[in-house]
Amino acid sequence: MKILVCISHVPDTTSKINFSEGDTKFDTAGVQFVINPNDEFGLTRAMWFKEKQGASVDVVNVGGAETEPTLRKALAIGADNAIRVNTPATDGIYVAKQLAKVAQDGGYDLIIAGRESIDYNGGMVPGMLAELIGANFVNTCIGLEVEGTEATVIREIDGGKETLKTSLPLVVGAQKGIVQESDLRIPNMRGIMQARKKPLNVVEGVEAGTHSKAVKFEKPQPKGDIKLIDPDNLDELVNLLHNEAKVI
Amino acid sequence: MSVLVYTESEEGKFKKTAFEVASYAKGVADMLGTEVTAVSFGAQSAGDLGNYGVSKLLKVNDEKLQKFNAKAYADALKQAAQKEGAKVIVLSQSANAKYLAPILAVQLEAGYASNVVALPEGTEPLQVKRTAFTNKAFSFTTMSTDVKIIGLSKNAFGLKESQTETTEEDFSPSLTEGDFAVNVVSVDKAADKVTIADAEIVVSGGRGMKGPENWGMLEELAETLGAATACSKPVSDMGWRPHSEHVGQTGKPVAANLYIAVGISGAIQHLAGVSASKTKVVINNDPEAPFFKAADYGVVGDAFEIVPKLTEKLKEFKANNA
Ligand SMILES: Cc1cc2nc3c(=O)[nH]c(=O)nc-3n(C[C@H](O)[C@H](O)[C@H](O)COP(=O)(O)OP(=O)(O)OC[C@H]3O[C@@H](n4cnc5c(N)ncnc54)[C@H](O)[C@@H]3O)c2cc1C
Repeated sequence: MKILVCISHVPDTTSKINFSEGDTKFDTAGVQFVINPNDEFGLTRAMWFKEKQGASVDVVNVGGAETEPTLRKALAIGADNAIRVNTPATDGIYVAKQLAKVAQDGGYDLIIAGRESIDYNGGMVPGMLAELIGANFVNTCIGLEVEGTEATVIREIDGGKETLKTSLPLVVGAQKGIVQESDLRIPNMRGIMQARKKPLNVVEGVEAGTHSKAVKFEKPQPKGDIKLIDPDNLDELVNLLHNEAKVI
Repeated sequence: MSVLVYTESEEGKFKKTAFEVASYAKGVADMLGTEVTAVSFGAQSAGDLGNYGVSKLLKVNDEKLQKFNAKAYADALKQAAQKEGAKVIVLSQSANAKYLAPILAVQLEAGYASNVVALPEGTEPLQVKRTAFTNKAFSFTTMSTDVKIIGLSKNAFGLKESQTETTEEDFSPSLTEGDFAVNVVSVDKAADKVTIADAEIVVSGGRGMKGPENWGMLEELAETLGAATACSKPVSDMGWRPHSEHVGQTGKPVAANLYIAVGISGAIQHLAGVSASKTKVVINNDPEAPFFKAADYGVVGDAFEIVPKLTEKLKEFKANNA
Protein backbone atom coordinates (compact mmCIF):
# COMPACT_ATOMS: atom_id res chain seq x y z
CA MET A 1 0.00 0.00 0.00
CA LYS A 2 1.29 3.45 -0.95
CA ILE A 3 0.34 6.14 1.54
CA LEU A 4 0.63 9.90 1.15
CA VAL A 5 0.32 12.08 4.24
CA CYS A 6 -0.39 15.79 3.71
CA ILE A 7 1.55 17.97 6.13
CA SER A 8 0.55 21.52 6.89
CA HIS A 9 3.17 23.78 8.45
CA VAL A 10 1.42 25.78 11.17
CA PRO A 11 2.20 28.00 14.18
CA ASP A 12 2.72 26.11 17.41
CA THR A 13 -0.48 26.12 19.51
CA THR A 14 1.06 28.44 22.13
CA SER A 15 1.78 31.14 19.52
CA LYS A 16 0.53 34.65 20.01
CA ILE A 17 -1.15 35.61 16.77
CA ASN A 18 -0.22 38.99 15.27
CA PHE A 19 -0.56 40.58 11.86
CA SER A 20 1.65 42.89 9.81
CA GLU A 21 1.40 45.08 6.71
CA GLY A 22 -1.77 46.83 7.81
CA ASP A 23 -3.32 43.63 9.22
CA THR A 24 -3.15 41.88 5.87
CA LYS A 25 -0.42 39.32 6.63
CA PHE A 26 0.17 36.83 9.41
CA ASP A 27 3.27 38.01 11.26
CA THR A 28 5.64 35.05 11.52
CA ALA A 29 8.23 36.92 13.62
CA GLY A 30 9.09 34.85 16.67
CA VAL A 31 6.62 32.12 15.76
CA GLN A 32 7.60 28.44 16.06
CA PHE A 33 6.20 26.21 13.34
CA VAL A 34 5.13 22.61 13.81
CA ILE A 35 3.40 19.79 11.98
CA ASN A 36 -0.33 20.55 12.12
CA PRO A 37 -1.62 18.43 15.05
CA ASN A 38 -4.37 16.73 13.01
CA ASP A 39 -1.76 15.77 10.38
CA GLU A 40 0.54 14.40 13.07
CA PHE A 41 -2.18 12.06 14.28
CA GLY A 42 -2.61 10.94 10.67
CA LEU A 43 1.13 10.48 10.12
CA THR A 44 1.35 8.38 13.26
CA ARG A 45 -1.38 6.08 11.95
CA ALA A 46 0.52 5.85 8.65
CA MET A 47 3.58 4.64 10.60
CA TRP A 48 1.43 1.85 12.01
CA PHE A 49 0.51 0.76 8.45
CA LYS A 50 4.18 0.90 7.53
CA GLU A 51 5.28 -1.26 10.44
CA LYS A 52 2.36 -3.71 10.52
CA GLN A 53 1.40 -3.95 6.85
CA GLY A 54 4.56 -2.95 5.00
CA ALA A 55 3.11 0.26 3.57
CA SER A 56 5.34 2.98 2.14
CA VAL A 57 4.76 6.47 3.48
CA ASP A 58 5.45 9.72 1.64
CA VAL A 59 4.74 13.14 3.06
CA VAL A 60 3.90 16.25 1.08
CA ASN A 61 3.65 19.95 1.81
CA VAL A 62 2.64 22.81 -0.44
CA GLY A 63 4.77 25.80 0.51
CA GLY A 64 8.06 27.65 0.34
CA ALA A 65 11.49 26.46 1.49
CA GLU A 66 10.73 27.64 5.02
CA THR A 67 8.51 24.58 5.53
CA GLU A 68 11.35 22.10 5.02
CA PRO A 69 12.21 21.69 8.73
CA THR A 70 8.60 20.58 9.27
CA LEU A 71 8.93 18.00 6.47
CA ARG A 72 12.26 16.83 7.95
CA LYS A 73 10.49 16.30 11.25
CA ALA A 74 7.94 14.11 9.47
CA LEU A 75 10.85 12.13 7.97
CA ALA A 76 12.41 11.84 11.44
CA ILE A 77 9.13 10.42 12.73
CA GLY A 78 9.51 7.74 10.08
CA ALA A 79 8.17 8.76 6.66
CA ASP A 80 10.20 7.41 3.72
CA ASN A 81 10.18 10.34 1.28
CA ALA A 82 9.14 13.95 1.36
CA ILE A 83 7.79 16.10 -1.44
CA ARG A 84 7.55 19.86 -1.31
CA VAL A 85 5.46 21.61 -3.94
CA ASN A 86 7.30 24.86 -4.32
CA THR A 87 4.49 27.40 -4.34
CA PRO A 88 2.76 29.40 -1.60
CA ALA A 89 -0.36 27.79 -0.11
CA THR A 90 -2.72 30.48 -1.37
CA ASP A 91 -6.19 29.06 -0.68
CA GLY A 92 -7.93 25.74 -0.16
CA ILE A 93 -8.72 24.87 -3.77
CA TYR A 94 -5.28 25.95 -4.92
CA VAL A 95 -3.59 23.66 -2.38
CA ALA A 96 -5.99 20.82 -3.18
CA LYS A 97 -5.11 21.08 -6.89
CA GLN A 98 -1.38 20.95 -6.13
CA LEU A 99 -1.91 17.89 -3.93
CA ALA A 100 -4.11 16.28 -6.58
CA LYS A 101 -1.21 16.42 -9.05
CA VAL A 102 1.17 14.81 -6.54
CA ALA A 103 -1.46 12.20 -5.65
CA GLN A 104 -2.07 11.25 -9.29
CA ASP A 105 1.61 11.18 -10.23
CA GLY A 106 2.41 8.96 -7.25
CA GLY A 107 -0.53 6.57 -7.64
CA TYR A 108 -1.27 6.49 -3.90
CA ASP A 109 -3.83 4.09 -2.45
CA LEU A 110 -4.44 6.00 0.75
CA ILE A 111 -4.10 9.71 1.40
CA ILE A 112 -4.25 10.97 4.96
CA ALA A 113 -4.72 14.69 5.60
CA GLY A 114 -5.72 16.52 8.77
CA ARG A 115 -9.39 17.38 9.29
CA GLU A 116 -8.33 21.02 9.31
CA SER A 117 -5.18 23.03 9.82
CA ILE A 118 -5.05 25.07 13.00
CA ASP A 119 -3.99 28.27 11.22
CA TYR A 120 -6.68 29.10 8.67
CA ASN A 121 -9.11 26.40 9.84
CA GLY A 122 -10.49 26.02 6.33
CA GLY A 123 -11.40 22.35 6.74
CA MET A 124 -11.67 21.91 2.99
CA VAL A 125 -8.44 20.55 1.51
CA PRO A 126 -9.04 16.81 2.21
CA GLY A 127 -12.57 16.77 0.76
CA MET A 128 -11.61 18.87 -2.26
CA LEU A 129 -8.60 16.68 -2.95
CA ALA A 130 -10.72 13.52 -2.84
CA GLU A 131 -13.30 14.99 -5.18
CA LEU A 132 -10.64 16.25 -7.60
CA ILE A 133 -9.01 12.84 -7.97
CA GLY A 134 -12.22 10.82 -7.77
CA ALA A 135 -11.22 9.01 -4.57
CA ASN A 136 -13.57 8.06 -1.74
CA PHE A 137 -13.56 10.39 1.23
CA VAL A 138 -14.27 10.18 4.94
CA ASN A 139 -13.89 13.21 7.18
CA THR A 140 -13.28 13.49 10.97
CA CYS A 141 -11.67 10.07 10.88
CA ILE A 142 -11.04 8.53 14.32
CA GLY A 143 -10.33 4.97 13.25
CA LEU A 144 -8.92 3.39 10.10
CA GLU A 145 -8.23 -0.23 9.06
CA VAL A 146 -7.32 -1.45 5.59
CA GLU A 147 -7.55 -5.04 4.31
CA GLY A 148 -6.54 -5.42 0.68
CA THR A 149 -8.48 -2.71 -1.10
CA GLU A 150 -11.26 -2.50 1.48
CA ALA A 151 -11.22 0.10 4.25
CA THR A 152 -13.18 0.32 7.47
CA VAL A 153 -13.33 3.85 8.79
CA ILE A 154 -14.75 5.27 11.98
CA ARG A 155 -16.04 8.80 11.66
CA GLU A 156 -16.85 11.12 14.51
CA ILE A 157 -20.36 12.54 14.12
CA ASP A 158 -22.08 15.10 16.34
CA GLY A 159 -22.85 13.21 19.52
CA GLY A 160 -21.26 9.89 18.62
CA LYS A 161 -19.51 7.95 15.92
CA GLU A 162 -20.29 5.75 12.95
CA THR A 163 -18.47 2.98 11.15
CA LEU A 164 -18.20 3.11 7.37
CA LYS A 165 -17.03 0.68 4.73
CA THR A 166 -15.43 1.84 1.51
CA SER A 167 -12.62 0.98 -0.87
CA LEU A 168 -9.29 2.40 -1.95
CA PRO A 169 -8.24 4.84 -3.26
CA LEU A 170 -9.37 6.73 -0.19
CA VAL A 171 -8.74 10.15 1.34
CA VAL A 172 -9.39 10.67 5.06
CA GLY A 173 -9.52 13.85 7.13
CA ALA A 174 -7.77 12.70 10.32
CA GLN A 175 -8.01 13.95 13.87
CA LYS A 176 -7.14 12.80 17.38
CA GLY A 177 -8.60 9.34 17.84
CA ILE A 178 -7.13 7.87 14.64
CA VAL A 179 -4.30 7.30 17.12
CA GLN A 180 -4.18 8.33 20.78
CA GLU A 181 -2.11 11.18 22.15
CA SER A 182 0.18 8.63 23.82
CA ASP A 183 0.93 7.04 20.43
CA LEU A 184 2.55 10.22 19.09
CA ARG A 185 6.29 9.87 18.55
CA ILE A 186 9.01 12.27 19.47
CA PRO A 187 11.77 11.79 16.90
CA ASN A 188 14.88 10.24 18.44
CA MET A 189 18.50 11.04 17.50
CA ARG A 190 18.69 8.13 15.08
CA GLY A 191 15.49 9.22 13.35
CA ILE A 192 16.77 12.78 13.06
CA MET A 193 20.09 11.61 11.59
CA GLN A 194 18.35 9.34 9.09
CA ALA A 195 15.93 12.09 8.12
CA ARG A 196 18.82 14.22 6.89
CA LYS A 197 19.65 11.57 4.30
CA LYS A 198 16.12 10.79 3.18
CA PRO A 199 14.92 12.27 -0.12
CA LEU A 200 13.13 15.60 0.00
CA ASN A 201 12.06 16.29 -3.56
CA VAL A 202 11.08 19.76 -4.59
CA VAL A 203 8.59 19.94 -7.44
CA GLU A 204 7.12 23.01 -9.08
CA GLY A 205 3.43 23.78 -8.67
CA VAL A 206 0.81 23.39 -11.37
CA GLU A 207 -1.13 26.26 -12.86
CA ALA A 208 -4.30 26.69 -10.79
CA GLY A 209 -6.64 29.51 -9.87
CA THR A 210 -7.81 30.51 -6.42
CA HIS A 211 -11.39 30.95 -5.25
CA SER A 212 -10.93 33.05 -2.16
CA LYS A 213 -8.60 35.53 -0.56
CA ALA A 214 -8.07 36.65 3.01
CA VAL A 215 -7.93 40.41 2.55
CA LYS A 216 -7.66 41.52 6.17
CA PHE A 217 -7.30 40.16 9.69
CA GLU A 218 -8.55 41.40 13.01
CA LYS A 219 -7.99 40.31 16.59
CA PRO A 220 -10.97 39.79 18.90
CA GLN A 221 -11.90 42.60 21.28
CA PRO A 222 -10.28 42.19 24.68
CA LYS A 223 -12.69 40.85 27.24
CA GLY A 224 -14.27 43.20 29.78
CA ASP A 225 -13.56 42.69 33.46
CA ILE A 226 -14.75 39.54 35.13
CA LYS A 227 -17.38 39.67 37.88
CA LEU A 228 -16.30 37.63 40.86
CA ILE A 229 -19.00 35.99 42.94
CA ASP A 230 -18.59 34.99 46.57
CA PRO A 231 -18.79 31.18 46.92
CA ASP A 232 -21.27 31.72 49.75
CA ASN A 233 -23.55 33.81 47.59
CA LEU A 234 -24.26 31.61 44.60
CA ASP A 235 -27.79 33.04 44.34
CA GLU A 236 -26.03 36.04 42.92
CA LEU A 237 -24.52 33.93 40.13
CA VAL A 238 -27.91 32.43 39.28
CA ASN A 239 -29.37 35.92 39.27
CA LEU A 240 -26.66 37.28 36.96
CA LEU A 241 -26.96 34.37 34.56
CA HIS A 242 -30.71 34.89 34.40
CA ASN A 243 -31.08 38.66 34.41
CA GLU A 244 -27.81 40.01 33.07
CA ALA A 245 -26.40 37.36 30.72
CA LYS A 246 -29.89 35.98 29.98
CA VAL A 247 -28.54 32.51 29.34
CA ILE A 248 -30.72 30.54 31.75
CA MET B 1 -31.37 33.16 -8.80
CA SER B 2 -31.93 32.44 -5.15
CA VAL B 3 -30.03 31.70 -1.97
CA LEU B 4 -30.01 27.97 -1.31
CA VAL B 5 -29.87 26.69 2.26
CA TYR B 6 -29.22 23.14 3.45
CA THR B 7 -31.60 22.59 6.37
CA GLU B 8 -30.70 19.61 8.52
CA SER B 9 -33.24 17.52 10.33
CA GLU B 10 -33.35 14.57 12.65
CA GLU B 11 -36.18 12.07 12.66
CA GLY B 12 -38.22 14.27 10.36
CA LYS B 13 -37.87 17.40 12.52
CA PHE B 14 -35.71 20.39 11.69
CA LYS B 15 -32.76 20.98 13.96
CA LYS B 16 -32.40 24.37 15.58
CA THR B 17 -29.37 25.08 13.39
CA ALA B 18 -31.67 24.71 10.36
CA PHE B 19 -33.58 27.78 11.54
CA GLU B 20 -30.35 29.65 12.17
CA VAL B 21 -28.93 28.96 8.69
CA ALA B 22 -32.34 29.85 7.21
CA SER B 23 -32.34 33.17 9.11
CA TYR B 24 -28.88 33.90 7.79
CA ALA B 25 -29.79 32.89 4.23
CA LYS B 26 -32.72 35.32 4.41
CA GLY B 27 -30.31 38.08 5.45
CA VAL B 28 -28.09 37.31 2.45
CA ALA B 29 -31.09 37.06 0.12
CA ASP B 30 -32.25 40.52 1.23
CA MET B 31 -28.83 41.93 0.43
CA LEU B 32 -28.96 40.34 -3.03
CA GLY B 33 -32.62 41.18 -3.66
CA THR B 34 -33.67 37.56 -3.96
CA GLU B 35 -35.42 34.75 -2.05
CA VAL B 36 -34.47 31.70 -0.02
CA THR B 37 -34.93 28.11 -1.17
CA ALA B 38 -34.32 25.40 1.42
CA VAL B 39 -33.40 21.79 0.73
CA SER B 40 -34.39 19.10 3.20
CA PHE B 41 -33.66 15.39 3.11
CA GLY B 42 -35.85 14.37 5.99
CA ALA B 43 -38.64 16.79 6.80
CA GLN B 44 -42.09 16.04 5.41
CA SER B 45 -43.29 19.64 5.64
CA ALA B 46 -41.90 23.14 5.92
CA GLY B 47 -43.19 23.48 9.49
CA ASP B 48 -41.57 26.48 11.12
CA LEU B 49 -39.18 27.25 8.26
CA GLY B 50 -41.60 29.92 7.05
CA ASN B 51 -40.99 31.83 10.28
CA TYR B 52 -37.40 32.34 9.22
CA GLY B 53 -37.83 33.64 5.71
CA VAL B 54 -37.85 30.50 3.54
CA SER B 55 -39.95 31.00 0.39
CA LYS B 56 -39.58 27.55 -1.09
CA LEU B 57 -38.79 24.12 0.29
CA LEU B 58 -37.39 21.38 -1.91
CA LYS B 59 -38.22 18.04 -0.29
CA VAL B 60 -35.96 15.21 -1.30
CA ASN B 61 -37.94 12.01 -0.99
CA ASP B 62 -35.47 9.37 -2.05
CA GLU B 63 -35.28 6.14 -0.06
CA LYS B 64 -31.53 6.05 -0.57
CA LEU B 65 -31.12 9.50 0.95
CA GLN B 66 -32.90 8.81 4.22
CA LYS B 67 -29.53 8.49 5.91
CA PHE B 68 -26.76 11.02 5.53
CA ASN B 69 -24.23 10.28 2.81
CA ALA B 70 -21.82 13.15 2.11
CA LYS B 71 -21.21 12.48 -1.56
CA ALA B 72 -24.84 11.77 -2.44
CA TYR B 73 -26.10 14.75 -0.44
CA ALA B 74 -23.53 16.98 -2.14
CA ASP B 75 -24.68 15.68 -5.52
CA ALA B 76 -28.32 16.40 -4.64
CA LEU B 77 -27.48 19.88 -3.36
CA LYS B 78 -25.51 20.57 -6.53
CA GLN B 79 -28.53 19.68 -8.65
CA ALA B 80 -30.82 21.78 -6.46
CA ALA B 81 -28.44 24.75 -6.76
CA GLN B 82 -28.33 24.39 -10.54
CA LYS B 83 -32.09 24.05 -10.82
CA GLU B 84 -32.64 27.18 -8.70
CA GLY B 85 -29.77 29.10 -10.28
CA ALA B 86 -28.43 29.69 -6.76
CA LYS B 87 -25.38 31.93 -6.46
CA VAL B 88 -24.99 31.54 -2.71
CA ILE B 89 -25.39 28.34 -0.70
CA VAL B 90 -25.59 28.49 3.08
CA LEU B 91 -24.95 25.54 5.38
CA SER B 92 -24.19 24.95 9.06
CA GLN B 93 -20.91 23.76 10.51
CA SER B 94 -22.22 20.47 11.84
CA ALA B 95 -19.97 17.44 11.28
CA ASN B 96 -22.15 16.44 8.31
CA ALA B 97 -22.22 19.88 6.70
CA LYS B 98 -18.45 20.26 7.06
CA TYR B 99 -18.04 16.83 5.48
CA LEU B 100 -20.06 17.58 2.36
CA ALA B 101 -19.18 21.27 1.78
CA PRO B 102 -15.76 20.77 0.11
CA ILE B 103 -17.18 18.05 -2.17
CA LEU B 104 -19.97 20.41 -3.20
CA ALA B 105 -17.47 23.23 -3.71
CA VAL B 106 -15.49 21.17 -6.23
CA GLN B 107 -18.63 19.98 -8.02
CA LEU B 108 -19.91 23.54 -8.46
CA GLU B 109 -16.47 25.14 -8.84
CA ALA B 110 -17.63 27.31 -5.96
CA GLY B 111 -15.65 29.22 -3.38
CA TYR B 112 -16.19 28.01 0.17
CA ALA B 113 -15.73 30.02 3.36
CA SER B 114 -16.04 28.04 6.59
CA ASN B 115 -16.61 29.29 10.15
CA VAL B 116 -18.37 32.45 9.03
CA VAL B 117 -19.68 34.57 11.90
CA ALA B 118 -21.62 37.48 10.35
CA LEU B 119 -23.61 38.59 7.33
CA PRO B 120 -21.43 39.52 4.32
CA GLU B 121 -19.78 42.92 4.58
CA GLY B 122 -20.37 43.47 0.89
CA THR B 123 -21.61 41.55 -2.12
CA GLU B 124 -19.31 42.87 -4.89
CA PRO B 125 -17.12 40.99 -4.24
CA LEU B 126 -18.80 38.87 -1.59
CA GLN B 127 -16.78 39.40 1.58
CA VAL B 128 -17.36 37.47 4.80
CA LYS B 129 -15.94 37.57 8.31
CA ARG B 130 -14.74 34.18 9.56
CA THR B 131 -12.72 32.93 12.48
CA ALA B 132 -9.14 31.81 11.91
CA PHE B 133 -6.26 30.67 14.07
CA THR B 134 -8.84 28.78 16.15
CA ASN B 135 -10.65 31.87 17.40
CA LYS B 136 -7.46 33.80 18.06
CA ALA B 137 -8.35 36.07 15.08
CA PHE B 138 -10.90 36.92 12.43
CA SER B 139 -10.18 36.82 8.73
CA PHE B 140 -12.10 38.88 6.17
CA THR B 141 -12.32 36.71 3.10
CA THR B 142 -13.55 37.51 -0.38
CA MET B 143 -14.75 34.95 -2.88
CA SER B 144 -14.33 35.47 -6.60
CA THR B 145 -16.32 32.53 -7.97
CA ASP B 146 -19.73 32.65 -9.60
CA VAL B 147 -21.22 30.40 -6.88
CA LYS B 148 -20.22 30.80 -3.24
CA ILE B 149 -20.71 28.50 -0.27
CA ILE B 150 -20.94 29.94 3.23
CA GLY B 151 -20.51 27.72 6.29
CA LEU B 152 -22.13 29.54 9.22
CA SER B 153 -20.70 28.95 12.70
CA LYS B 154 -23.24 27.83 15.24
CA ASN B 155 -24.79 30.55 17.40
CA ALA B 156 -22.96 33.26 15.45
CA PHE B 157 -26.08 34.75 13.90
CA GLY B 158 -28.99 33.47 15.98
CA LEU B 159 -32.61 33.18 14.94
CA LYS B 160 -34.28 36.09 13.13
CA GLU B 161 -38.00 35.79 12.54
CA SER B 162 -39.34 36.79 9.16
CA GLN B 163 -42.83 35.47 8.34
CA THR B 164 -42.89 34.07 4.84
CA GLU B 165 -45.29 31.92 2.86
CA THR B 166 -43.40 28.71 2.05
CA THR B 167 -44.28 26.70 -1.04
CA GLU B 168 -43.29 23.05 -1.01
CA GLU B 169 -42.01 21.01 -3.93
CA ASP B 170 -40.82 17.44 -4.25
CA PHE B 171 -37.34 17.18 -5.64
CA SER B 172 -35.81 14.02 -7.11
CA PRO B 173 -32.13 14.38 -7.92
CA SER B 174 -30.61 11.82 -10.27
CA LEU B 175 -27.95 9.91 -8.42
CA THR B 176 -25.20 7.63 -9.61
CA GLU B 177 -23.66 4.47 -8.21
CA GLY B 178 -20.53 6.49 -7.46
CA ASP B 179 -22.52 8.53 -4.96
CA PHE B 180 -22.79 5.47 -2.73
CA ALA B 181 -19.22 4.20 -2.58
CA VAL B 182 -18.90 5.02 1.13
CA ASN B 183 -21.48 3.30 3.29
CA VAL B 184 -22.41 3.48 6.94
CA VAL B 185 -22.54 0.07 8.57
CA SER B 186 -23.26 1.09 12.15
CA VAL B 187 -23.95 4.17 14.23
CA ASP B 188 -23.08 4.58 17.87
CA LYS B 189 -24.88 7.57 19.30
CA ALA B 190 -26.42 8.11 22.69
CA ALA B 191 -30.01 8.99 21.83
CA ASP B 192 -30.91 10.93 24.96
CA LYS B 193 -27.68 12.88 25.41
CA VAL B 194 -27.25 16.55 24.54
CA THR B 195 -24.26 16.85 22.20
CA ILE B 196 -21.59 19.52 22.43
CA ALA B 197 -22.40 20.56 18.86
CA ASP B 198 -26.09 21.16 19.59
CA ALA B 199 -25.94 22.27 23.23
CA GLU B 200 -26.88 25.78 24.35
CA ILE B 201 -25.03 25.20 27.60
CA VAL B 202 -21.84 23.21 28.17
CA VAL B 203 -20.46 22.12 31.55
CA SER B 204 -16.78 21.30 31.28
CA GLY B 205 -14.36 19.73 33.76
CA GLY B 206 -10.56 19.84 33.95
CA ARG B 207 -7.78 18.15 35.82
CA GLY B 208 -8.95 19.98 38.95
CA MET B 209 -11.76 17.40 39.18
CA LYS B 210 -9.08 14.95 40.39
CA GLY B 211 -10.53 11.80 38.82
CA PRO B 212 -13.33 10.27 36.76
CA GLU B 213 -15.18 9.22 39.91
CA ASN B 214 -15.95 12.88 40.60
CA TRP B 215 -17.82 13.55 37.36
CA GLY B 216 -21.20 12.72 38.91
CA MET B 217 -21.54 16.26 40.27
CA LEU B 218 -20.78 17.77 36.84
CA GLU B 219 -23.28 15.46 35.19
CA GLU B 220 -25.89 16.51 37.70
CA LEU B 221 -25.16 20.18 37.08
CA ALA B 222 -25.36 19.55 33.33
CA GLU B 223 -28.62 17.67 33.67
CA THR B 224 -30.14 20.47 35.71
CA LEU B 225 -29.27 22.93 32.96
CA GLY B 226 -30.03 20.62 30.00
CA ALA B 227 -26.36 20.97 29.16
CA ALA B 228 -23.76 18.81 27.43
CA THR B 229 -20.63 17.72 29.31
CA ALA B 230 -17.13 18.43 28.03
CA CYS B 231 -13.56 18.29 29.33
CA SER B 232 -10.03 19.61 28.88
CA LYS B 233 -7.46 17.70 26.86
CA PRO B 234 -5.51 16.02 29.68
CA VAL B 235 -8.77 14.71 31.10
CA SER B 236 -9.49 12.85 27.86
CA ASP B 237 -5.83 11.84 27.40
CA MET B 238 -5.88 10.19 30.84
CA GLY B 239 -9.06 8.39 29.87
CA TRP B 240 -11.20 10.00 32.57
CA ARG B 241 -13.64 11.02 29.85
CA PRO B 242 -14.14 10.00 26.19
CA HIS B 243 -12.21 11.85 23.46
CA SER B 244 -15.45 13.09 22.00
CA GLU B 245 -15.72 15.40 25.04
CA HIS B 246 -12.28 17.00 24.54
CA VAL B 247 -12.75 20.66 23.67
CA GLY B 248 -10.20 23.26 22.63
CA GLN B 249 -7.85 24.00 19.80
CA THR B 250 -7.10 20.35 19.10
CA GLY B 251 -10.51 19.09 20.19
CA LYS B 252 -14.02 20.26 19.50
CA PRO B 253 -14.84 23.94 19.25
CA VAL B 254 -17.54 25.18 21.60
CA ALA B 255 -19.84 28.05 20.65
CA ALA B 256 -22.46 27.74 23.38
CA ASN B 257 -24.54 30.44 25.02
CA LEU B 258 -23.08 29.46 28.38
CA TYR B 259 -19.80 27.63 29.06
CA ILE B 260 -19.07 26.63 32.65
CA ALA B 261 -15.43 25.63 33.26
CA VAL B 262 -14.76 23.73 36.46
CA GLY B 263 -11.19 23.02 37.56
CA ILE B 264 -9.79 24.13 34.20
CA SER B 265 -6.78 26.45 34.28
CA GLY B 266 -7.47 28.20 30.97
CA ALA B 267 -4.41 27.31 28.88
CA ILE B 268 -4.20 29.17 25.57
CA GLN B 269 -5.12 26.04 23.59
CA HIS B 270 -8.17 25.46 25.73
CA LEU B 271 -9.37 29.05 25.57
CA ALA B 272 -8.91 29.23 21.80
CA GLY B 273 -11.46 26.50 21.34
CA VAL B 274 -14.12 27.76 23.73
CA SER B 275 -13.85 31.52 23.37
CA ALA B 276 -16.67 31.73 20.83
CA SER B 277 -19.10 30.94 23.66
CA LYS B 278 -21.18 33.96 24.66
CA THR B 279 -20.98 33.77 28.44
CA LYS B 280 -18.21 32.00 30.32
CA VAL B 281 -18.20 31.05 34.00
CA VAL B 282 -15.08 29.77 35.73
CA ILE B 283 -14.93 27.87 39.01
CA ASN B 284 -11.37 27.41 40.22
CA ASN B 285 -9.58 27.50 43.59
CA ASP B 286 -6.60 29.36 42.18
CA PRO B 287 -7.40 33.07 41.73
CA GLU B 288 -4.32 33.32 39.46
CA ALA B 289 -5.68 30.78 36.96
CA PRO B 290 -5.60 32.37 33.47
CA PHE B 291 -9.25 31.48 32.89
CA PHE B 292 -10.25 34.35 35.19
CA LYS B 293 -8.96 36.75 32.52
CA ALA B 294 -11.14 35.18 29.85
CA ALA B 295 -14.42 34.64 31.69
CA ASP B 296 -17.45 36.83 32.41
CA TYR B 297 -18.20 35.41 35.86
CA GLY B 298 -15.90 33.66 38.28
CA VAL B 299 -16.09 31.90 41.61
CA VAL B 300 -12.82 31.38 43.46
CA GLY B 301 -13.07 28.27 45.59
CA ASP B 302 -13.21 24.52 45.85
CA ALA B 303 -15.21 22.97 43.04
CA PHE B 304 -16.20 20.06 45.26
CA GLU B 305 -18.13 22.46 47.51
CA ILE B 306 -19.30 24.96 44.91
CA VAL B 307 -20.66 22.67 42.19
CA PRO B 308 -23.21 20.78 44.37
CA LYS B 309 -24.33 24.07 45.94
CA LEU B 310 -24.72 25.72 42.56
CA THR B 311 -26.73 22.75 41.31
CA GLU B 312 -29.09 23.10 44.30
CA LYS B 313 -29.53 26.84 43.63
CA LEU B 314 -30.24 26.17 39.97
CA LYS B 315 -32.79 23.49 40.82
CA GLU B 316 -34.58 26.00 43.07
CA PHE B 317 -34.44 28.57 40.28
CA LYS B 318 -35.85 26.08 37.76
CA ALA B 319 -38.63 25.09 40.13
CA ASN B 320 -39.62 28.73 40.68
CA ASN B 321 -39.44 29.63 37.00
CA ALA B 322 -41.04 26.52 35.53
C1 LIG C 1 -0.26 21.02 20.94
C2 LIG C 1 -1.16 21.20 22.12
C3 LIG C 1 -2.53 21.24 21.92
C4 LIG C 1 -3.40 21.38 23.00
N1 LIG C 1 -4.75 21.41 22.78
C5 LIG C 1 -5.59 21.51 23.84
C6 LIG C 1 -7.01 21.52 23.67
O1 LIG C 1 -7.52 21.42 22.54
N2 LIG C 1 -7.78 21.60 24.75
C7 LIG C 1 -7.28 21.68 26.01
O2 LIG C 1 -8.07 21.74 26.97
N3 LIG C 1 -5.96 21.68 26.21
C8 LIG C 1 -5.11 21.58 25.16
N4 LIG C 1 -3.76 21.54 25.38
C9 LIG C 1 -3.28 21.41 26.77
C10 LIG C 1 -3.21 22.71 27.50
O3 LIG C 1 -1.96 23.33 27.26
C11 LIG C 1 -3.36 22.48 29.02
O4 LIG C 1 -2.36 21.59 29.43
C12 LIG C 1 -4.71 21.91 29.42
O5 LIG C 1 -5.77 22.65 28.85
C13 LIG C 1 -4.82 21.95 30.92
O6 LIG C 1 -5.97 21.24 31.31
P1 LIG C 1 -6.66 21.58 32.69
O7 LIG C 1 -7.01 22.99 32.73
O8 LIG C 1 -7.73 20.58 32.88
O9 LIG C 1 -5.52 21.19 33.74
P2 LIG C 1 -4.56 22.13 34.63
O10 LIG C 1 -3.85 23.13 33.80
O11 LIG C 1 -3.78 21.20 35.45
O12 LIG C 1 -5.57 22.91 35.50
C14 LIG C 1 -6.32 22.37 36.54
C15 LIG C 1 -6.98 23.52 37.26
O13 LIG C 1 -7.84 23.02 38.27
C16 LIG C 1 -7.76 23.87 39.39
N5 LIG C 1 -8.16 23.09 40.57
C17 LIG C 1 -7.49 22.11 41.21
N6 LIG C 1 -8.21 21.65 42.24
C18 LIG C 1 -9.35 22.34 42.26
C19 LIG C 1 -10.50 22.33 43.10
N7 LIG C 1 -10.63 21.49 44.12
N8 LIG C 1 -11.50 23.20 42.83
C20 LIG C 1 -11.41 24.08 41.80
N9 LIG C 1 -10.35 24.12 40.98
C21 LIG C 1 -9.34 23.25 41.20
C22 LIG C 1 -6.32 24.32 39.44
O14 LIG C 1 -6.23 25.57 40.12
C23 LIG C 1 -5.98 24.46 37.96
O15 LIG C 1 -6.21 25.78 37.50
C24 LIG C 1 -2.89 21.45 24.32
C25 LIG C 1 -1.49 21.44 24.49
C26 LIG C 1 -0.64 21.32 23.43
C27 LIG C 1 0.85 21.32 23.67
